[in-house]
Amino acid sequence: MAAAGAGRLRRAASALLLRSPRLPARELSAPARLYHKKVVDHYENPRNVGSLDKTSKNVGTGLVGAPACGDVMKLQIQVDEKGKIVDARFKTFGCGSAIASSSLATEWVKGKTVEEALTIKNTDIAKELCLPPVKLHCSMLAEDAIKAALADYKLKQEPTGEAEKGEGK
Amino acid sequence: MLLRTAWRRAAAAVPVSPGPNSTAPTRGLRLRVVDHATQSDVPSATATAPQAESELRPLYMDVQATTPLDPRVLDAMIPYLVNYYGNPHSRTHAYGWESEAAMEHARQQVASLIGADPREIIFTSGATESNNIAIKELESAIQPDTSLVSVMTVNNEIGVKQPIAEIGRICSSRKVYFHTDAAQAVGKIPLDVNDMKVDLMSISGHKIYGPKGVGAIYIRRRPRVRVEALQSGGGQERGMRSGTVPTPLVVGLGAACEVAQQEMEYDHKRISKLAERLTQKIMKSLPDVVMNGDPEHHYPGCINLSFAYVEGESLLMALKDVALSSGSACTSASLEPSYVLRAIGTDEDLAHSSIRFGIGRFTTEEEVDYTVEKCIHHVKRLREMSPLWEMVQDGIDLKSIKWTQH
Repeated sequence: MAAAGAGRLRRAASALLLRSPRLPARELSAPARLYHKKVVDHYENPRNVGSLDKTSKNVGTGLVGAPACGDVMKLQIQVDEKGKIVDARFKTFGCGSAIASSSLATEWVKGKTVEEALTIKNTDIAKELCLPPVKLHCSMLAEDAIKAALADYKLKQEPTGEAEKGEGK
Repeated sequence: MLLRTAWRRAAAAVPVSPGPNSTAPTRGLRLRVVDHATQSDVPSATATAPQAESELRPLYMDVQATTPLDPRVLDAMIPYLVNYYGNPHSRTHAYGWESEAAMEHARQQVASLIGADPREIIFTSGATESNNIAIKELESAIQPDTSLVSVMTVNNEIGVKQPIAEIGRICSSRKVYFHTDAAQAVGKIPLDVNDMKVDLMSISGHKIYGPKGVGAIYIRRRPRVRVEALQSGGGQERGMRSGTVPTPLVVGLGAACEVAQQEMEYDHKRISKLAERLTQKIMKSLPDVVMNGDPEHHYPGCINLSFAYVEGESLLMALKDVALSSGSACTSASLEPSYVLRAIGTDEDLAHSSIRFGIGRFTTEEEVDYTVEKCIHHVKRLREMSPLWEMVQDGIDLKSIKWTQH
């Protein structure tokens, strides 16, 4: 009696389990709550990862952040004689949002003049990548990296300034 | 009276039968059929056929955060969710008696796993509640200075085993109460509250393939340890934790403990082998990988590795089809690196680079191999993107650089 009852119970229970509503199918990606697909895209399809020759007079290098904070960005720009940024590269030690912010920064500075590049704001970067509030500091660091690279380039253009090692301050 | 004891005997006669892996589910990056048909109470002839949909889910390598329910545990619980739904504290009818019998049987199962007497086990809602009950005991302090020592048996972040027996010996000789949070240790390593001279122990259901929302606290009777109840009410559980004991959940906890007791040695051997495989493969293929925590006094199923020059969260994002954790889930909302890693003296940049791999009862070799392969691939990729790796390759000493603070 107990066995038959248990059997019926099991069947009823499994029928119940099958019919219960499930979560909608999600594509196999990082949870949307933490990583926006734009952020993931910058990692999966990286643009402008790499280095430029930091000893060159036309290259400005910005290095911001600290390993102890878990965020270090290196952003380099190459500027032509007319003052237009023709190439940019980045390397980042940091979370997905930090990588995406610096990657986006290199995309945006390309084609701009040195003055125009100074107008890039961290809020624009954050909005474009849909960064959550806890990750806003990544966009701020990216803006700092741009400014550091521009400052380094300007310093190299000084007639009396000596060729620095290239690390931004 | 006679009827009640008969019920108790009947309940004890139906043990949890862990058959030889026949009910072990298949794991891995598997397809799962998702049924989106509308819910209906009665199966009708006009109901549409279920629309099967393939849903890929990530591999699960985060057993320290929580564990899946063992199917044998679910089997034990279902009758108490569906049929035997009485309140275990009802004394006047069969529904109450059978629930009470099940609750006491579960209590015995938990007690035998840690070498305790069933009268020393109080059911709670989880290890957190158990910890609170134990620590609150500080309030009724007897000693003038130290009254309670509380140590985790196995750490949830780095898997290090604390020398509980030695600490127990010291505490008992100084007449100080000794509490241990054994959530990550119960059912995984052999524990005996008498050998280890433990006075209070916290147990968590969902860390040992049992249900969530249930746990237990062990409170020594000889010599008697007095605790203050956190919640007052009907005086259930000897007045130490009022509230109706949730029979299905405690049955699940009991079943999980019994299964753990039977499978502990086999699980430990298998998990050690898989852990060895994971660490060897990773360390062989990647330079500058550090394992956090003492390698000797270590539970093998919790592996915490730091990949230098790569930030932990970016690696988690890259390993999107494996469920992993970086440091402690408890601190996931803040930007602070793990306090555990900081306490063992890990450099801060390495603390930001740590990943915790959890290997459990249902982890397969294929899952480990897949995880290792992806991990190696993405660490190499992220190092190519890392300015720190570039500097190290150029021979620059990172400690000599003045970094900007932000």
